[in-house]
Amino acid sequence: MAEYLVLIYEDESRWESTDPDTAGQIMASHRAFSQEHAASIRGGNALQPTATATAVRRDTSGGHTITDGAFAETKEALGGYYLIEAADLDEALRIAKEVPAPFGGVEVRPIRVLD
Amino acid sequence: MSQQALRASVEAAVGDAHRREWAFVLAATLRVTRDIDLAEECVQDAFAKALVTWPEGGLPASPGAWLTTVARRRALDLLRRRDIHDRSLPLLARSGTDDAGQVEEAAVEAATEVPDDRLRLIFTCCHPAIAPGSRVALTLRLICGLTTAEVARAFLVPEATMAARITRAKKKIAAAHIPYQVPALDELPARVEAVLDVVHLLFTTGHTAPAGTELVRLDLVERSIELARMLASLLPDDADVAGLLALILLTDARRSARVDSEGRLVLLAEQDRSSWDRRAIMKGVGLASRALHQRPPGRYPLMAAIAAVHAEAPSFEATDWAEIVGLYGQLAQVWPSPVVALNRAVAVGFAQGPAAGLAALDALASEPALAGYPYLASSRADFLRLLGRTSDARLAYEEALMLTENAVERHFLTQRLQQLDR
Repeated sequence: MAEYLVLIYEDESRWESTDPDTAGQIMASHRAFSQEHAASIRGGNALQPTATATAVRRDTSGGHTITDGAFAETKEALGGYYLIEAADLDEALRIAKEVPAPFGGVEVRPIRVLD
Repeated sequence: MSQQALRASVEAAVGDAHRREWAFVLAATLRVTRDIDLAEECVQDAFAKALVTWPEGGLPASPGAWLTTVARRRALDLLRRRDIHDRSLPLLARSGTDDAGQVEEAAVEAATEVPDDRLRLIFTCCHPAIAPGSRVALTLRLICGLTTAEVARAFLVPEATMAARITRAKKKIAAAHIPYQVPALDELPARVEAVLDVVHLLFTTGHTAPAGTELVRLDLVERSIELARMLASLLPDDADVAGLLALILLTDARRSARVDSEGRLVLLAEQDRSSWDRRAIMKGVGLASRALHQRPPGRYPLMAAIAAVHAEAPSFEATDWAEIVGLYGQLAQVWPSPVVALNRAVAVGFAQGPAAGLAALDALASEPALAGYPYLASSRADFLRLLGRTSDARLAYEEALMLTENAVERHFLTQRLQQLDR
């Protein structure tokens, strides 16, 4: 078995302009997904929008630079994730295909096992 | 037999086994090692050992079984030394049934009963999670047994670039746990298509080399035929597999007629049809008509059917162009692509005359995917020439010339330009 992080990337502007009913339906489909795959899901969260992000970078003088915003400004931003366990990539992809992400898609990253 | 003759015959036998058995032996060894690099190393060792052992003991009855036994025994030795339970090793993911610890020496000895794992290996190499270029490279390396240097030459890239590409793909297979197994039934059609696309890309790259002095890269064409045959024997009921094999056989049957004695390109219209390979055509037509019975027919059976219509036509003029236009129309339904639309437009020109063909081509002029495609310009040029619009034809030939790097194609286009002046 292996663990994978399923990262949900979606167009934040689409989320902002979504009416409450539709947003409610999407959240309901996340709950349904979580129930159906409870045996595989090890964790997961929704994130606040990238406007709330703060980047911390180490600078050359040994200190830190704090800046407003996410590391990368892209149309589709990381909005949430699931940590899942699967036998192999094919099983992980089968689960990932069912993750609700109406305004974008998901990226599947294997968790690196450190010695 | 003299020592020299004996050595030559053994070398030939080992070379033959390398071509025929590489994938089988590697796939069987991979089941033991679950580590691609280690399996490759053990299989190479087995072939090296064959060169030394076979002159003394004689050729084994089954070279594949002999090589598999030796490679797997070597793998077990190395694994014991490495400590088989070292979990930090990046290993191939496998289906639940066969566990790492279960590989018994007895099972390794009985290589004659080794299950054929070539399909697993093919599906791993052509997994959609691997970049398309790397799928082709892995297939040549792991299924066909080419060295990294040979794969690099096949794609005209520096060896270091190709080595990095292959290493990256192998790392992804291990790190992402890309499984070493035949996909589930519901996923099989899409996954087979990914495999067929790799083989088809290999064939088209060889059939008309994108650059270089030769029109055809025979090594790539032959590898793709071998792969298509291997797939057809492993998936005998798959219509798409049969369709691809038919397409390759029918297209390649025209190989010797495609260039003249001086290496110049000869178009389908001017080819000497008596030099087409009739045996390949018979085999291809048979496969194509069987593949077409799947409803609705997929991309490769339809392309094979088009090639079959050409192959069976007594002359270019007597080709059933209406049938070809219809088949391209069907193909555009299952495989909407600008190149298919282009081919259909050209066929319209032969079915209904150059003016209709030109109109169909001009309808594609705004298609961005065709902007850099030399065949759009050269096909327009041909129809313009037939319509007597010489100066427009000249511009179109010149445009096509700017778009191809293949020396044989360039020579052909230059000749067409010169003919306009007469």
